[in-house]
Amino acid sequence: MAQITMTQALNLAIDEAMADDPGVFCLGEDVSAKQGGGVFKVTSGLTEKYGEHRIRATPISETAIIGAAVGAALAGQRPIAEIMLMNFVGVCMDQIVNHAAKLRFMSGGQTPCPIVIRTTTGVGVGFGGQHSDMLEAWFAHVAGIHVVTPSNPADARGLMRASIDANDPVIFIENILCYGLKAEDPGPGYRVPLGKAAIAREGTDISLITYGRTVLDALAVADDLAKEGISVEVIDLRTIAPYDEATVLASVRKTGRAITLHEAVRPFGTGAEIAANIQEKCWDSLKGPVRRIGGTFSAVPFASHLEQAWIPQKSDLIAQIKASVGKL
Amino acid sequence: MAQIDRDKLLDIYTRTMKVNRTDEKFRELLMGGKVAVMYYCVRGQELVSAAAMAALEKEDYVVCTYRGQGEQTAKGIPMEKWWGECLGKATGTCKGKGGTMHITDPETGIMVTTGVVGSGLPIANGLAMASQNNGDGRVTLVSFGDGAANIGGFHEAMNMAQLYKLPVIFLCQNNRYGEHTSYADHTDSPNIASRAAGYGMKGVTVDGNDVHQIYPAMQEAVARARAGEGPTLVEAMCYRMMGHFFGSDFSYMPPEHIAEMKAEDPLPKLRQVMLDYQFTEEELDAIVADINAQIDAAVQHALDAPLPDTDEIYKDVLEETA
Repeated sequence: MAQITMTQALNLAIDEAMADDPGVFCLGEDVSAKQGGGVFKVTSGLTEKYGEHRIRATPISETAIIGAAVGAALAGQRPIAEIMLMNFVGVCMDQIVNHAAKLRFMSGGQTPCPIVIRTTTGVGVGFGGQHSDMLEAWFAHVAGIHVVTPSNPADARGLMRASIDANDPVIFIENILCYGLKAEDPGPGYRVPLGKAAIAREGTDISLITYGRTVLDALAVADDLAKEGISVEVIDLRTIAPYDEATVLASVRKTGRAITLHEAVRPFGTGAEIAANIQEKCWDSLKGPVRRIGGTFSAVPFASHLEQAWIPQKSDLIAQIKASVGKL
Repeated sequence: MAQIDRDKLLDIYTRTMKVNRTDEKFRELLMGGKVAVMYYCVRGQELVSAAAMAALEKEDYVVCTYRGQGEQTAKGIPMEKWWGECLGKATGTCKGKGGTMHITDPETGIMVTTGVVGSGLPIANGLAMASQNNGDGRVTLVSFGDGAANIGGFHEAMNMAQLYKLPVIFLCQNNRYGEHTSYADHTDSPNIASRAAGYGMKGVTVDGNDVHQIYPAMQEAVARARAGEGPTLVEAMCYRMMGHFFGSDFSYMPPEHIAEMKAEDPLPKLRQVMLDYQFTEEELDAIVADINAQIDAAVQHALDAPLPDTDEIYKDVLEETA
């Protein structure tokens, strides 16, 4: 099979979903051919195939974009709405939280809202405080939404297809630094079910629970520590909410130790919820406290060395793993 | 003055009185302590809702607000289901999980009732976009108040609707108050419809208390949308003859405003039009008596209906998957 980038993986998944179902369409700022197929080219080439009605370039109007996606979904279509950068969700939270997430429940199940909200973000590209945040915890705190993020091209293809299939809203987070990752193409029709974590690397000493770009850090650190005789199990959640509790708890019961890791700021992050849940449900298996690693609790800074210092550090990850397993 | 088809006028009258009698019954129940729920009175705005719904087809979509009783009942939600929902019963449109502010009944085209001012407009665009995409010929009507004209979603939605020529009708029921704040205290533009020009859209202001103004305006807006000519902003001038919600104080309304709205009450005016069209007092009274009987039966049905099972709090959050 051919090697594909994450950008290509997402494009292929959207393309085949649009070919299969005339109700699937994309809308968002700059998404059509006239603007180059999206600021990160994810919808590149699709206007030529499906026309401007199905790849709708919109005004810079996040509330109108998500509102339109909600309405179209209520009418039976499957819109894929792009919010160019994740921080811009602040402009349209009412449509996501009060409407998309709740309309199934508030209507007694009559009006499900199958929309995919694609959005991109990531620390480490110099975009500063309003274009870099991982805000998954905002959505994980709302009932009625799936929150999904891939860490590699194969999962990107499979998760996107499954997200388009889903009969509920999905916040699909793409990390800017992962777009260029290359891996083997899993092929047409590939799906990764929502709510299923992957054990990205098996291990026996400690469970490292993470998702998105930090999976790469976790795998790199696990490689390094293996040389020192520490066996790290890396769990890639893939779906952040509702997450695969069974896989997480089974891993922690096996290893007896856990660390949560995410790029988002640490306080009140998804890692806190997962850590609390582990401590409630795996207390008897735990050999020590569940630790949490996350981004610094400040705005993402601009200057490159500040930004690099802001990100969860591999050195800190190594130190915390060693402290957990008692090999510091 | 353009004449309205006599059958259509009767239809509008019937819908108007259905809205009015539902409103009266709700206030009676609330005042008598029979029920205690949030209710946003529609007294004074009955004709606007009735005329708008009479201009639509059954399969057309409607998005309304917490003050949406008029659209909901005039569009034809079965009364038992409507009352069931308002009383929080298992027999309600939404199994008692939506309530007065979130009535939803896709069978009659009531797709969303939002409790957030201005949030319906962007969603209406999406319903209309689906119709434009799949060519089903439906139009979407979204109703909102003058207060909604100052929130961002209004402007974003108006621009997008015109840009794509969406088959949508923006019905602004200008009842002169946004919550407890008068029009003059929240807006300096002379009217809301003139804002349409800012988006290249057609906008009209009509007297919502005069059936010969509101109905033709709605008909034209619906025809334009259906013909692919794009959206229209229809501003229907009307009065909210009660407070923001049932039981809320409305002493902030100046006496001259109250006198003016009483003089403009759409119900006696419509009754006179009916008589002018040679309907008899007896015929009109019989229509109202019939509606009253239907409402009484529906209310009793709702009062007697079971409460939703407490397990419902866990259901309909996400699709149940194996």
